[in-house]
Amino acid sequence: MIIKTHKDIPSNEITDPLVFKQRRQIIKAMMGSLAAGVAGVSASSALAEPVSVWSNIPKANTTGESLIATPSDIVKNHTNYYEFTFNKTDATQLAQSLPTDPWSVEISGEVENPAVYHLEDILSQQSLQEYIYRFRCVEAWSMVVPWIGFPLANLLKMAKPLSSAQFVQFTAIYDPKTMPNQRDNAMLEWPYVEGLRIDEAMHHLTILAAGMYGERMPKQNGAPLRLVVPWKYGFKSIKAIVKIELVKRPPVTTWNKYAPSDYGFYSNVNPEVPHPRWSQNSERQLGGSFFTPRRKTELFNGYGSQVASLYSDMDLRHFF
Amino acid sequence: MFLPSISLWLFITLACFLPLVGISLDIASNNLGVDPIQALHIRLGDWSLRFLWLTLTITPLQTITKWRKMADYRQMLGLVAFFYASLHVIVYILVDHGLDWHLIAVDIIESPYIWLGVLAYLIIFALAISSPKFGKKYLGKNWKKLHRLIYLAAIAVIIHYYWQLKGNLAEPLFYLILILLLFGFRIAVWIKNRQFNRMMIPSTRKIRVKTVQRPLDVKQTDIPSKTMQNELVIEEVDMDD
Repeated sequence: MIIKTHKDIPSNEITDPLVFKQRRQIIKAMMGSLAAGVAGVSASSALAEPVSVWSNIPKANTTGESLIATPSDIVKNHTNYYEFTFNKTDATQLAQSLPTDPWSVEISGEVENPAVYHLEDILSQQSLQEYIYRFRCVEAWSMVVPWIGFPLANLLKMAKPLSSAQFVQFTAIYDPKTMPNQRDNAMLEWPYVEGLRIDEAMHHLTILAAGMYGERMPKQNGAPLRLVVPWKYGFKSIKAIVKIELVKRPPVTTWNKYAPSDYGFYSNVNPEVPHPRWSQNSERQLGGSFFTPRRKTELFNGYGSQVASLYSDMDLRHFF
Repeated sequence: MFLPSISLWLFITLACFLPLVGISLDIASNNLGVDPIQALHIRLGDWSLRFLWLTLTITPLQTITKWRKMADYRQMLGLVAFFYASLHVIVYILVDHGLDWHLIAVDIIESPYIWLGVLAYLIIFALAISSPKFGKKYLGKNWKKLHRLIYLAAIAVIIHYYWQLKGNLAEPLFYLILILLLFGFRIAVWIKNRQFNRMMIPSTRKIRVKTVQRPLDVKQTDIPSKTMQNELVIEEVDMDD
């Protein structure tokens, strides 16, 4: 519900992501020419930055509905990134200190091919698509985000899960040097851990996202690689993933460990199952005006026709 | 002293509405952030809480400074707290829920943190409408009893604040410490008064007054037949008696 924001950073104080990238490119170019001068190596390779903007990303047709995306400045300045801060607006600036390049992702556990991949290798092997999904926070606000990514199933298949793999455990980066709340051991147990059942992980709606709004993922939104599970509350969609393990037992996930009666392992969006202290019956849609009505929250965030069968024999009140 | 107190009164009254001016300017300039309705809830709720806390600060200040006039400010600050609480409620009903009573009913029923907000508002509402002189006259002795409910409202408010947070509970800690200090002061005063009363009237001791007959000193009398006299004796009795 309410997470208080003491002061809002005016948007003009937030450094434009483009400026950040330019700075990095300038530094890289300088380093490159320095290296070239010393060792006689061509500096051109140092300038070969991964694309910062994608063009001609095909739209994935997984949901069969056309949603209007929330304005991007709202999605970029309203994030729960507790590793940095408990303030949704401050996270934008604080997260910029996280180094995300180079980045590697380990895939291990109950798989035939455990491996550590460079992110760029993963991205070059996957065909990226745009997935426009509703994003519903457990705090009862929501937005619509055009993610750029690929099905998690594609990556898992590369690792070849064994039949013993029943669950997937995701671990986010542990970097107390840049993440103040990790340094202070504040509130949650770090690093952040999330989990899915194997069939949820293999579902075609479940994606790993490396960008949004046609751009590389902004750091505050979970760069360079985050999970997106559109029918679950937002905290399931873990940011800045460094490890994906296939496991036999249900993973102990961060929020579930912190408050098991408040945040279940499944955490499927469900208007019928209120949080112990607040209702989940409706949601405030961000990006509207004062007169935009609340949205009636839908079971499975409106993706029931595609995911309800995963839970057909389950009591959703018990397995919340 | 008439003029300075009037101008102080005016100054404080105007100051109470400065937050509303700030909020209005932020609405007008679209400066409430990404979730403006939420920002309104928080800012109006915060100011209501702050004025409620200020209201509860008046009695301790009065005890310390012995400045009787402060009671008037207590009423005024209480009414300002009620004013901001009312705006908070209006924004919830009108702006956030667009007068959709079904949605509002479900939201309230399913949200325990709102139950406490409702309780606090009902109390503050009752206190506000009974605060003028005629209310005092009408309620008589019960007025003071009714207005003691402000303590219950304060407790409900702080829980209302805590229960809506997902976890970072440090934020309302400042207000929790303040209200505990304000309550602590009153408890200290109450204990002190109790001890003082005990010194004046030893209420924990029971005494019994008895009449006993004593042999009379023969020299003291010239009536030979009277050998005994009555005497009053005070003795302590145990509490269990």
